Amino acid sequence: METKSELVYKLKQDILLWQGYKPVSVATTGQIGLGVIENAFPGGVFPKRAIHEFITVYSEHAAASDGFIAGLLAVLMEGGAACIWISTSRRLFPASLRTFNVAPERVIFIDVKTEKEVLWIMEEALKCEGLAAVVAECNQLSLIESRRLQLAIEESGVTGFILRKDARKMTSTVAAARWQISPLPSNAEEGMPGLGFPRWQVDLLKVRNGNPGSWVLEWAGEAFVDVAPLKKESIWSERQDRKIG
Amino acid sequence: MQKRFVSIWFGHLLADWQLIRRPELAEVPFVFAAPDHGRMLITAISSVAQRFGVEVGMRAADAKAICPGLEVLDDKPGRSLKLLRGLGEWCVRYSPIVAIDEYAKDGLLMDVSGCAHLWGGEKKYLKEIISRLKSKGYSVRLAIADTPGAAWAVSRFGKITPLIPEGGHTEALLSLIPEALRLEEPVLIKLQKLGFYQIKSFIGMPRSVLRRRFGEDFLLRLAQALGTEEEVLQPLQVPVPFQERLPCLEPIKTRTGIEIAITRLLENLCKRLQAEGKGLRTGILTGYRIDGHVVQVAIGTSGATHSVSHLFKLFQLKIDQIKPALGIELFVLDAPRVDDAEVPQEAMWTAKPGLDDQSVIRLLDRVAGKVGLDVIHRYLPAAHHWPERSLQVAVSVTEKPARSWQTEKPRPTELLGRPDPIEVMALIPDHPPKFFIYKGVQHFVVKADGPERIEREWWLDKGEHRDYYQVEDDKGQRYWLFRSGHYGENQKYKWFIHGFFA
Repeated sequence: METKSELVYKLKQDILLWQGYKPVSVATTGQIGLGVIENAFPGGVFPKRAIHEFITVYSEHAAASDGFIAGLLAVLMEGGAACIWISTSRRLFPASLRTFNVAPERVIFIDVKTEKEVLWIMEEALKCEGLAAVVAECNQLSLIESRRLQLAIEESGVTGFILRKDARKMTSTVAAARWQISPLPSNAEEGMPGLGFPRWQVDLLKVRNGNPGSWVLEWAGEAFVDVAPLKKESIWSERQDRKIG
Repeated sequence: MQKRFVSIWFGHLLADWQLIRRPELAEVPFVFAAPDHGRMLITAISSVAQRFGVEVGMRAADAKAICPGLEVLDDKPGRSLKLLRGLGEWCVRYSPIVAIDEYAKDGLLMDVSGCAHLWGGEKKYLKEIISRLKSKGYSVRLAIADTPGAAWAVSRFGKITPLIPEGGHTEALLSLIPEALRLEEPVLIKLQKLGFYQIKSFIGMPRSVLRRRFGEDFLLRLAQALGTEEEVLQPLQVPVPFQERLPCLEPIKTRTGIEIAITRLLENLCKRLQAEGKGLRTGILTGYRIDGHVVQVAIGTSGATHSVSHLFKLFQLKIDQIKPALGIELFVLDAPRVDDAEVPQEAMWTAKPGLDDQSVIRLLDRVAGKVGLDVIHRYLPAAHHWPERSLQVAVSVTEKPARSWQTEKPRPTELLGRPDPIEVMALIPDHPPKFFIYKGVQHFVVKADGPERIEREWWLDKGEHRDYYQVEDDKGQRYWLFRSGHYGENQKYKWFIHGFFA
């Protein structure tokens, strides 16, 4: 006779399976290098066959999302895989991707005029198995459109990232996770002048079947490093109150 | 098979053309003249004027003296070539390879190997061409021979027959004058001086002697006429080697119908391409509508391919542009550009696919077909320190970076296309800003790195150097600011923001 909690656990696993989350054995676990954040996802594994949404409230914070995605791309594009970056008004400076261990020559940039074209290209690209990831800068994304994208992903297994720079046009989507990355003051090494490694406040606002949370992360030249959360009274929390969404 | 060539000589090309337009000039001697060194030189004459002894190259004034009542018309440069090109395109009905005679520019050369029997033999073939051109109003002389050189010679200087039988061209040349060999003017004068009035008087001479006296070009012309040296004609219309046609019993006007037509055409074309180891780079689908209009769509691929399904997808994006109206009765698929197709190697190991993966190339083809090729960019490092120029666009999908990416100096994650002026409070001479205002918001700088001076490349443009600072404000946001030039000069904005760090 199974106990109640065992039964619930088993049912939960079944639901996950039906929703497309394959149980992964420990040997093949694809670590994305996010450390403790990965525990927030179902099964403790970063979902690669899914869409990840990135919200930017202030346009000046978009660079933080770019940097965070670039850090993820570094793992996804290991072994010479290619990536597509679709945008209507791109500001990303390709040469800076090298800082995040991404080979900029393996990123194909597609700069189109309308968001409709962005979505069409994204759907086509997500169907393409030869890619490691697809990043799209797109403000408008309806539930139906996001579902189309998710269906394309389930065929191919390409990871999709959507950067949304307009928080006012927020709608619910089928994205596996909704992130918000905002910059934090960097911490230079003891007694050294100048800036330290880029440091971000990583908020996981929504996770399907997981636990949302908030972390402080640093890109330490080669990989993400978790940093102990700062205290509430530090300066950045003042912005935190005004946050939307 | 023995090659056969036809030479068509338009004796009075411009005059005939003028007579077609103005028949009233038939009895009037007239010439065309163009200004040259301050006088009018005759460039073309009519047959009536020729009877009076007027020649090409005379001065118009002299010609008027020997032929009273001579009409002098203005000649436009390039008019005869344009006419010849038009006539050449008309002559494509007789042979697929028609070329303009590059030496005299008053005739056409055609490669008619295997064409004459369609008109019932060479004699009837020549007769047909002559009579058709004559009915249009052009007086022509034709000759057919084994080499273009011999045909050219006989059409202009032959007196016996225009039909030189196979292998008989050397004999036909013997009694002709040296001008028949398409030689340069000084060589002709030299031959005249030495008393060579016919080709047979020097054709048997040792080559070394001829080369010493008349040069290499002379020998080449002789060899071309005799057929020992091959002469390549530049066809006016390059024949499209990969073409498929699909005539329809009923005019097609539905999308499904067009799709079926495209699939059929592609299947045949791709079978041919595959057999020859080629792949399509550009394809043009032409639909001939029953109302006489022609609709056309074109596709391009970034790599040679002969995959029916991929090419069909590219055409599928274009079907909306095909307007069938009352229906299309003939589909023609051309492949004007084909390349050698790479045979993909079967992968025994499972590596992650890269940029040269077939599926990625096909995706880019589809995007290029739908949105345009100019939206796709891939960047490689360029040998410039100036941030705006530090990238270059890759030409092809497989191009590898020639140098490594620079990582020693900090570069922002987001770069503004054009630096934005900001208001700054900073200590002179070279301290980073204490505080700056960007878009009306004040930022208090807490930490800063720099300056990194980047000199302007004076050989490319003029202006001030830039001193870049990487700064972090009290909110934790990181910026890339620069000061343009030194302090103390009369510039309104000295400080700019150029990017955002992650």
